[in-house]
Amino acid sequence: MSKYSRRDFLRKASVLAAAGTLPISLVEVAFGESHPKNFTFAFISDSHITQTKGNNFVENWDRGLRRSVAECNLLDPRPDFIIYGGDIAQLGKPEEIDHGLDILAGLRGDVRYVMGEHDYYLDLGSHWRKRLGPERYSFDHKDVHFVVLNSILTYPEWTHKQWDGGMQRMLQMARLDNPHGSPFMVGDEQRQWLQADLAKIDKATPVVVFSHSPIQKIYKGWNFWTDDAEQVQALLKPFDKATVIYGHVHQIQYNQIDNISFHAVMATAWPWPYPSTYKQAESHLAKLTVPMNRADPFFERDATGWQFIDMHSGNVDLRYVLPGNTSRRVAFDEEAGRPMDTRYQGAMARIPPRNHY
Amino acid sequence: MKHRLLAIPLLLAGLNLSLSALADEFNADDLKRWQAGFMSTVKSGEKLFHGGINNPNTMSCDQCHPNAANTHPETYPKFQQQLGKVAVLGEMINWCIRNPLKGKPLALDSDDMAALQAYITWERRGVALAPGKH
Ligand code: HEC
Ligand SMILES: [Fe+2]
Ligand SMILES: [Fe+2]
Repeated sequence: MSKYSRRDFLRKASVLAAAGTLPISLVEVAFGESHPKNFTFAFISDSHITQTKGNNFVENWDRGLRRSVAECNLLDPRPDFIIYGGDIAQLGKPEEIDHGLDILAGLRGDVRYVMGEHDYYLDLGSHWRKRLGPERYSFDHKDVHFVVLNSILTYPEWTHKQWDGGMQRMLQMARLDNPHGSPFMVGDEQRQWLQADLAKIDKATPVVVFSHSPIQKIYKGWNFWTDDAEQVQALLKPFDKATVIYGHVHQIQYNQIDNISFHAVMATAWPWPYPSTYKQAESHLAKLTVPMNRADPFFERDATGWQFIDMHSGNVDLRYVLPGNTSRRVAFDEEAGRPMDTRYQGAMARIPPRNHY
Repeated sequence: MKHRLLAIPLLLAGLNLSLSALADEFNADDLKRWQAGFMSTVKSGEKLFHGGINNPNTMSCDQCHPNAANTHPETYPKFQQQLGKVAVLGEMINWCIRNPLKGKPLALDSDDMAALQAYITWERRGVALAPGKH
């Protein structure tokens, strides 16, 4: 099939990693041909810090987050800010959120946070809010309007069932393949807020939304899903350029729906298989997504990572920093009018380890 | 020579007789019972897979393999380069128990191992066998 074996591929990749090749020079190239309004920001997500007992935490997940913080601190020039995409904790415990925030405190630069379901369903976000403030807000930066949503709410009948304590509810929501789970949504109240927030913004201003869930419908069985996705999309429709960047799925995904570009980010903790690999149900991942490589179980950081994002001409250019794997860059292609992998988009350009089956 | 030729039909007749005498007769109720037995093992496998394996990392299989995705039971036995040999599914299950979970491996012939394999394989039903595939 090809002269590359998976082993050769991994070996080459680890030699690269050993040589300390962070794609920092790539940022400088981007800056070299830049417009004064261009800027970058970094995005770290889904560290799932897990308390096992007392002061002990799962080391694997700690290492993933520490690594992304250390690498992010090496970016030069500095990103204008850093977004954390949700799921700091595994079971929403204050100890887990605090431990994760202690590690994230090592980041050089301003960090803004998105609420994930693992941060929320134990105490309905109260510890998270106490540490980080409100979970929905907007801000403007260099002529771009940014919005942060709490998209992991669900139907109140589910949230306020007769639970045997918040931990039972948290454990139910933490199980991705739970047949008794409940779909994520932004909700009426928050959509009204969004509508009012966007009403003040000129339609030529690029809008970027940060959410934890996809704001599109990919696979309900694993909650790669937002129940009121179409209604949120409708609020973004009047803008010339809109982008949604989300966590939760622990894998590379991208899509274009009309004027809206969608990008998922990697987890620092562990990767998830693509829904299409589950043979008993149908799912709807955008065909244009070139999937990430299948993870090597023998290398604990494989298929995890973080990303930095180049904001130019109102579109984002997403670079995935993947330990032990070639970094990937998914950029908006002006001609095609959608995001494309800059290297592997064509089926012939891919290498065997990319296969998911 | 002659003796032997004669002996063959006799032998066959004898076999036939004993076959029909020993044939395991079963009916729809038996099938139902066996299927229920299998499905209850699948259920216990599902429980083990979703947090039923004690381990110091408090991790569960479904955390990385929702609906047992990416466990590829149809590809076993296969050569696992990191183990340096052809491995059966149970060995890779134990690899994941020992490594991400930091737990104790299961005996390959234990009930729990059978249950985990029943669940994993049930979630993959309908996929063609592909022994050795990577
Ligand atoms: C921290 C994440 C993680 C956990 C927890 C985990 N695994 Fe894995 N496992 C992986 C990864 C990654 C792979 C490689 C996936 C692939 O080949 O696409 C893998 C591979 C496997 C395979 C072999 C798949 C193949 O294609 O050959 C089996 C079987 C397996 N896991 C079973 C389990 C079982 C059973 C558990 C629970 C005891 C478990 N895993 C827990 C990450 C995990
Ligand atoms: Fe997550
Ligand atoms: Fe999540």
